[in-house]
Amino acid sequence: MFDFSIVTNWIHEWLLSLMPEGWAIFVECVAVGIGIILLYALLAIILIYMERKVCAAFQCRLGPTRVGPWGSIQVICDVLKMLTKEIFTPKGVDKKLYNLAPYMILLASFLTFACLPISKGLEVLDFNVGIFFLLAASSIGVVGILLAGWSSNNKFSIIGAMRSGAQIISYELSAGMAILTMVVLAGTMQISDMVSGQSNGWLIFTGHIPALIAFVIYLIAGNAECNRGPFDLPEAESELTAGYHTEYSGMGFGFFYLAEYLNLFIVAAIAATVFLGGWMPLHIPGLDGFNTVMDYIPGFVWYFGKAFFVVFLMMWMRWSFPRLRIDQILALEWKYLVPISMVNLLLMAIIVTLGWHF
Amino acid sequence: MNQETLYIAPEELLVKMKQLKEVEKMDYLRSLTGMDWGTPEENDTQETMRGLGVVYHLESTSTGKRICVKTSTLDREHPHLPSVCHLWKGAELPEREVYDFFGIIFTDHPDMRRLFLREDWVGFPLRKDNNPEKENPLRMTNEETIDTTHIYKVKEDGSLSCTDRKLFENEEYVINIGPQHPATHGVLRFRASLVGEEINKIDVHCGYIHRGIEKMNESLTYPQTLALTDRLDYLSAMQSRPELCMCIEQALGVEVSDRVKVIRTIMDELQRIDSHILFFACLCQDMGATTAFLYGFRDREKILDILEETCGGRLIINYNTIGGVQADLHPNFVKRVKELIPYLRKNIQEYHDIFTGNVIAQTRLKGTGVLSREDAIAFGATGGTGRASGWACDVRKRLPYAAYDRVDFKEIVYTEGDCFARYMVRLDEIEQSLRIIEQLIDNIPEGSIQEKMKPIIRLPEGSWYTAVESSRGEFGVYLESRGDKSPYRLHYRSTGLPLVAVVDHLTRGAKIADLIAIGGTLDYIVPDIDR
Amino acid sequence: MEVTKKPTIKSIPYEEFKDNETLEQLVKQLNEGGTNVVVGVLDDLIDWGRSNSLWPLTFATSCCGIEFMAVCAARYDIARFGFEVTRNSPRQADVILVSGTITHKMAPVLRRLYDQMADPKYVIAVGGCAVSGGPFRKSYHVVQGVDEILPVDVYIPGCPPRPEAFLYGMMQLQRKVKVEKFFGGVNKTKKATSDEQQATSDHAVKEGKEEQV
Repeated sequence: MFDFSIVTNWIHEWLLSLMPEGWAIFVECVAVGIGIILLYALLAIILIYMERKVCAAFQCRLGPTRVGPWGSIQVICDVLKMLTKEIFTPKGVDKKLYNLAPYMILLASFLTFACLPISKGLEVLDFNVGIFFLLAASSIGVVGILLAGWSSNNKFSIIGAMRSGAQIISYELSAGMAILTMVVLAGTMQISDMVSGQSNGWLIFTGHIPALIAFVIYLIAGNAECNRGPFDLPEAESELTAGYHTEYSGMGFGFFYLAEYLNLFIVAAIAATVFLGGWMPLHIPGLDGFNTVMDYIPGFVWYFGKAFFVVFLMMWMRWSFPRLRIDQILALEWKYLVPISMVNLLLMAIIVTLGWHF
Repeated sequence: MNQETLYIAPEELLVKMKQLKEVEKMDYLRSLTGMDWGTPEENDTQETMRGLGVVYHLESTSTGKRICVKTSTLDREHPHLPSVCHLWKGAELPEREVYDFFGIIFTDHPDMRRLFLREDWVGFPLRKDNNPEKENPLRMTNEETIDTTHIYKVKEDGSLSCTDRKLFENEEYVINIGPQHPATHGVLRFRASLVGEEINKIDVHCGYIHRGIEKMNESLTYPQTLALTDRLDYLSAMQSRPELCMCIEQALGVEVSDRVKVIRTIMDELQRIDSHILFFACLCQDMGATTAFLYGFRDREKILDILEETCGGRLIINYNTIGGVQADLHPNFVKRVKELIPYLRKNIQEYHDIFTGNVIAQTRLKGTGVLSREDAIAFGATGGTGRASGWACDVRKRLPYAAYDRVDFKEIVYTEGDCFARYMVRLDEIEQSLRIIEQLIDNIPEGSIQEKMKPIIRLPEGSWYTAVESSRGEFGVYLESRGDKSPYRLHYRSTGLPLVAVVDHLTRGAKIADLIAIGGTLDYIVPDIDR
Repeated sequence: MEVTKKPTIKSIPYEEFKDNETLEQLVKQLNEGGTNVVVGVLDDLIDWGRSNSLWPLTFATSCCGIEFMAVCAARYDIARFGFEVTRNSPRQADVILVSGTITHKMAPVLRRLYDQMADPKYVIAVGGCAVSGGPFRKSYHVVQGVDEILPVDVYIPGCPPRPEAFLYGMMQLQRKVKVEKFFGGVNKTKKATSDEQQATSDHAVKEGKEEQV
């Protein structure tokens, strides 16, 4: 397995030879920031294109075909259009909050995005309470949604925002609990340790039954957290026109759109990290030849492969189910998911204590 | 249609109507038509049918007896008649429509506002002495929403008193759904007062697609009036157009050939399948299951292909004519219909798999928006909605027309009255329609497809009311002729108007998401409501 | 830089489109005064982006709306052109397909919807009713063509138009968008605001009718 820390260390050394340490770190921060933004934008474009093609395939359609081969640069057209579209502030909105809201959502997803261990040695934010930070950062997003709904001075927006507030805050609980279950199994909160601990089998396999339950709960809660699929109430098109971002045009709306897809990726990537071993290749204990072959595939390929697999699962979910009603959403969370994940957490603790895992 | 016609003077109307309702059990108000029988002359009495009036068509759901009641007032300055909406809840919106078109004030009506036209509209368009265009240019100012309505009562000296009633209090959280809203199926507007997510009360505003078809009919010849029927309920084009043809044929005493009858029946059923598939598709779309929406449209195209081959049109088909149909069946028709039947059977199973069996769909539909049988009859909510509430109201069974008397099919009746029952009625009806087509497709009789008609069709004097079962309920035509080449009055019993009337009743205490499910399963078409 | 724009659509020859004269006229207007090379290239890029990403507003009043749904559905699949992202909020839509009859009661609402849309915005009049009042021309409550209240870019006749006609109309709009200028002046029909509308409604009618499909 290639360790990217060799490259990063080399760059660090090289920069140190040119300038004092403070400057070097500053330059590195800027470079990493730009890198993340570029990757973020690239991923968003890929995801939007993927969504359009996947949903077309489910619906016996073709999806975009006109621009570029198989319509592959369709999303670039959309971005160009949105960049040059008029941005206006409707009358009666709370201007400060209205303009701030999209950035809050972006901020949340950037912060979470930075935690993702893309490949060995390519972690940007990696410290001993990484998972904790990740959960905390991802919940900033709901503030942006609430602000957008509140400041828009639109009744549909405020209903959408209230729904999303209720929904996201509730589902964070079971998403967090599902991840905690895995933390119990992994025995660490540091993301890099968690991944390297899975070299002898991904956590979903080593943790068997409770890990599987946690995975399913996490998928449901994750879908709800990014307002997609059967849980898209905050922007329920047939009920609230466009929900909390009804009043946003141009790039303001574009940010919501980007963040929606990136959050989808982030949720999938966390699932890939925590359950499916992050960048860790598939290792089967005992089959050394097989393991070596697997190690030749670079870590980031594994990582994106797993993440996109989970994304596909979530798209499948979205395009198959009708939307839930608000009381059903809350009932599902509070009456089923929370109790189940609590019991599951307990079960996992027992299993780990007794050493019944692989 | 031979049925008893009663004339009742306005003073006695309330007593007599109450008698009809309670003694004769006339519990279903089929149609309520406003009329302008012209300015009264010196020596006219009320019996010669002058002045402004109303025609009621009543039916008893227990005995099947039908009756037509007419009433009129000679006063053109301040015409008023007693309201019957406490006897039949379904009279509320049609009475508002009559007020809107003729200016007849219904006393004791709880909500005497205009229904279709703007509040600042001048005059009453369907009065014979009114020229609406001159006084009513296109107004581009935004319409003001007024939260008060009027109740008129007759004072002891015979004059009218008017009291105001507030629709929404100031502190209520009222949101405006429509006219441009994805879930209203066109341009219907609801004003909903909310308590959290729950709906407290809904006020329906119609008229955003009121095209004045009934007024236009009065200056068109009979063949010309046919063209507009397709555009009323565009998903029942193959049902509303033959309905008007049949009404005119009946008035003329023309009997169409057997071949035409069978063709009309098959086309009618194809259209019904088309409409029910679209219902399924749109309901799924409204409830967030976008994929099912596309499946519905995929199969609908197959039916449209068949219709297109024979009739030349996809949506607005213009196929039936007075005394026949426009073109003979395409040679491929029989073959393609036979291919379609197994194809649809297979795909309807797929609909059940993707949507009906889904636990989310079931929990959202079951138990929401329950309409009792009594309410369905009182509101006159026919079609799938009525049958889901246990009211066997299928006109094809009650008053068979075309070739329905010779085919065997089951009238689907559910008793739950909730959204799920309304949904299942339609899906089951697709199967019944396939059965009807199966029975007829192999034995389409030979014969002419068009009876010989005079170049200019004039109807004898008189009035007729006939009805068919369109995709979403009883579609009736009230035709009054004075012997001219154009009708004196041509009124359509809208299938959607009673359905809209029940929305407020069904959504009390329901959630916003339920409004979408209820609206979706009621399956109204807005241009048909507004006409 | 001489603008030599020839708005082409993938896989359909330029000559097969009707009404190329209008577009050539527009190109001629563009060329008056000349353009900077950089600006011209940027313009091309933006026009390319815009023309391939026209998101329609879900707006339908009657029959044509059903055909619009058919266009979005599997057989005709408007998604091939990248138009499938129908937006329900006018703020986020680029083009309003006025499909169906516009009545007097609806007209102010439609105008308001149009005003709520963010620039650049386009209008397609779909079907006989929106083009001229159609079968309801003689009615007392129907607007005689939506160009009385909005500046229309493309007209699609038919009652209702076939889905193929929808697609053709959308392509014509794409071609029109492709000969626009973003920087340094707009050659597009001047869009009157709501307040100006009353005064300039005649003006809008004349200008709007320039492209008859």
